[in-house]
Amino acid sequence: MKVGVVTFPGSLDDADAQRAAQLAGHDVVPLWHGDHDLGGVDAVVLPGGFSYGDYLRCGAISRFSPVMTEVIEAAGKGLPVLGICNGFQILCESHLLPGALIRNDHQKFVCRDQRLRIENASTAWTSAYSEGQEITIVLKNGEGGFVADNDTLDRLEGEGRVVARYLDHNPNGSLRDIAGITNERGNVVGLMPHPEHAVEELTGAGTDGLGFFTSLAGLVALTASTFA
Amino acid sequence: MPKVVVDVMPKPEILDPQGKAVQGALPRLGFSGVVDVRQGKRFELEIDGEVTDEVLAQVHEMAEKLLSNPVIENFAVSVLDGDRGAEDGAR
Repeated sequence: MKVGVVTFPGSLDDADAQRAAQLAGHDVVPLWHGDHDLGGVDAVVLPGGFSYGDYLRCGAISRFSPVMTEVIEAAGKGLPVLGICNGFQILCESHLLPGALIRNDHQKFVCRDQRLRIENASTAWTSAYSEGQEITIVLKNGEGGFVADNDTLDRLEGEGRVVARYLDHNPNGSLRDIAGITNERGNVVGLMPHPEHAVEELTGAGTDGLGFFTSLAGLVALTASTFA
Repeated sequence: MPKVVVDVMPKPEILDPQGKAVQGALPRLGFSGVVDVRQGKRFELEIDGEVTDEVLAQVHEMAEKLLSNPVIENFAVSVLDGDRGAEDGAR
């Protein structure tokens, strides 16, 4: 598949996300925040970093960049979109996902290998895992505390839209240990930890993160025509 | 030129780690008696021309769309200068 990876001014993990998509067998299309079209990609990754310097709120300025107008429209039609860390924040600011991400409750930046449980293995980005599977990938964030009102949290839980949950230790004060969520359709996923940093034995916390990128292969049957 | 002020505050039910850190620092500096600190943002918008109802409505829209995140923050609009005095646009 053709996987677009958006680079915003201040993105950090775009190169790693491109590499992860490549390792999973995809063709990578670099996208720029000022782009007005998505170059016919079959999926989009919004990578981690500090887009627009995290000014105003994390993801608040990026959400209004030209490329996000395209991403929001395509996501509404079913295009798979994965937002990692800052990308998750952008998805929340875009209202493609509910809730918001606030400063870690302990005030410190956190960087660690984090164990997670995959709670929903039927999204576009998690179908390579099995439900309940435990994985370890990198977590690094300063504003990773997922918050939403209780009704929203209950709805997310009730509809199986919690994609991944922190195990052993809640690293940032996220309510109900939520590490990632999805939209109703399961094509948009936001995740605070970084699967793109856990795709090769040589570096990082093993290869548990690769599944997020190989999951897309299961969607090949849908083909580009659906999202053209 | 008149200024319209938008004050943005974290909602009461949302944890404010920054406010907590400031609160924790105050006693260490010898200040006592502060039982809670909430930290927000203040935007001062310099307006070209008169601050009409239309302008205020627009500022409300800006606050809702960009300056605040309604999921976690409340905002209030007020007029700093000009003949309208303090305008209460709290919500």
